[in-house]
Amino acid sequence: MTDDRESILSRVRGALAPLHERAPLPTYDSEIAVLRGLLAGRDLAELLAERMRRVNGLALTSPAAVVAHLRAGGHRHGYCDPALWPDLAPHFADGFTVETSFDRTRVDDYAFGITRAAGAIAESGTIILHDRTTASRLAALAPWVHIAVVSRADIFGDVTQAVAALGDDRNVVWCTGPSKTADVEGILIEGVHGPGEQLALIVP
Amino acid sequence: MSAQAIDRFAATLPAETRASVYQSTKTTHEKRTRLLFDQFPDPDRLRTLAGEIKQHAIENLDTYLPQAEARLRANGAQVHWAGTAEAACAHVLRIMRERGATKMVKAKTMVSEEIELADYLGRHGMEALETDLGEFIIQIDHDHPSHIVRPIIHKNRREIATSFEREGLGAYNDDPATITRRARHHLRHKYLAADVGLTGANFLSAESGRIALVTNEGNSRFSVAATRCHIVLVGIEKIVPRDRDLGILLNLLGRSATAQDLTVYTEFISGPRDPAQPDGPEEMHVIFVDNGRTEVLAGECREILRCIRCGACLNVCPIYRQASGHAYRSVYPGPVGAVLSPLLLKENFPQKADLPKASSLCGACHEVCPVNIPIPDLLLRLRARAKEENVPSPGTPPMAPWALLASQPTAWRAALVAGRALNVLPTRLIPVPALQAWTASRELPAWRGGEFRRWLKARRRPAPPAAR
Ligand code: SF4
Repeated sequence: MTDDRESILSRVRGALAPLHERAPLPTYDSEIAVLRGLLAGRDLAELLAERMRRVNGLALTSPAAVVAHLRAGGHRHGYCDPALWPDLAPHFADGFTVETSFDRTRVDDYAFGITRAAGAIAESGTIILHDRTTASRLAALAPWVHIAVVSRADIFGDVTQAVAALGDDRNVVWCTGPSKTADVEGILIEGVHGPGEQLALIVP
Repeated sequence: MSAQAIDRFAATLPAETRASVYQSTKTTHEKRTRLLFDQFPDPDRLRTLAGEIKQHAIENLDTYLPQAEARLRANGAQVHWAGTAEAACAHVLRIMRERGATKMVKAKTMVSEEIELADYLGRHGMEALETDLGEFIIQIDHDHPSHIVRPIIHKNRREIATSFEREGLGAYNDDPATITRRARHHLRHKYLAADVGLTGANFLSAESGRIALVTNEGNSRFSVAATRCHIVLVGIEKIVPRDRDLGILLNLLGRSATAQDLTVYTEFISGPRDPAQPDGPEEMHVIFVDNGRTEVLAGECREILRCIRCGACLNVCPIYRQASGHAYRSVYPGPVGAVLSPLLLKENFPQKADLPKASSLCGACHEVCPVNIPIPDLLLRLRARAKEENVPSPGTPPMAPWALLASQPTAWRAALVAGRALNVLPTRLIPVPALQAWTASRELPAWRGGEFRRWLKARRRPAPPAAR
């Protein structure tokens, strides 16, 4: 196997050698990228709900509201993280089929997926998923409706705080509204590959 | 040949395409401006700060590349280095062969277009499927993207519907929602059947070895949820020093690219899947691609390596709006492409030396650039280089007769008077080839020669005594 590591690095060093001085790393306060006017004095869960609406997401605060939403959309078959199911099951009355394992060979069967969120960002209306706490990447992605269960205490104010808290999870996904495209004549269409509806269930 | 290559391409652009490119670039540009300026107290400082961060990163690649490599390895990823397009393609092929893989799903990566990976893999018996809706359409049409962020900005729904019908994706239907649904259904089964997911990287943090990847459609998420092997192609200039710098850059990227606070999906990937996670790659390969970037770093246009591929300079550019993307004849169109594309050609620079001249130097690209790249300055440096290398410049009027005229006051005065004829004569009757070429696709403004001289004369008259 040939690898160009040394030749690339030596070209890099050669390119940089003639520079008399190199551009310094600027020091800055991340506050410059914070929408402070938006955040000031706000309840983060309320702001999250407001900002999610702005990107066509939806934040709900009770399992009953989630069930009503699914019923209204005709979404009767779905997936739920097995760790969340005991608490949610009583709210799903007859007429729903909910599986606690995701069978990828039947990907089209699942109209909704319920998984845990690691947090959220109020400023941008974003749900944060971690690999460790997402029971199945596919279940959080393939169904038309994704419901992320977020604890109130895990809501960050702004993007820079969420970046600071990335931690050591190997796959962090920020979801800001439903999957979308404007590729065809600039017309906005939701639900391209990922969820056409992004919901958050905010729990205490 | 009496015109620059870019002009000839632009001249063949259908009026309908020109109109749609113009309209959508203008709308995106206006939304972007409103977003940035309504939200941030000091958007311009944010932009210059982002530029400083990236400039620092590229001027310290000798530190940051090995640092990112070490972090990635510690996170369980494998790192490969590719000096050329060919080497990068060969790495991908080897990784696929080692796994016995034959099917790849690609989420948008510009580097893969740059190195022409899909063709290469095709020639070696591998399937490489584009998954971004626009890129997928480009692929089935054997077309090329014409915008960094909106690859099919040049196509309308009727053309797309015809392609879908031809590919067996259902009867002709040009409703954009139906087109999207059909692609959703078709592609999800492709992801699930694929062995390898390939993505690019918008940023790579040296501090954590984390790649940050943004998409609106979720195709890169699907690529790394459905497959067992993740390959990342990353241009070496994508490095940022620390995670916290991502907070600045991500805030600018979505707003500059598509006028969104954040792109729908931002993924931070630093290794293979978590041991407890049932879906996704058990193996992650990151390929650092040079392919001409170190030459750019050594030259006097290295600022272009700051580029975060947002497309804002395309949207605002009066030339791009008229010419559309294909006229730039490369993966990177618009102002950024006018700098980067000729540079990446290295010694074949003359082939695209016309691109730096396709600019009125109005400065709009510099003004919108989220990393503050002085594109007009770079264009001038490249024009000078073309001159030094004696690259022919068809269609450009020679300057020598002009210099002669301008240095002889009598001749100059006569020319100014004669110039008035331009207002009444049809231009096609004026036997000056350069003027003919120029006016083939443009109109001359009304002749106003001599006004400055009259103004100056009037000024020289003694001023009336000032009132006390
Ligand atoms: S040069 Fe600047 S404005 Fe143009 S695509 Fe790159 S980052 Fe965006």
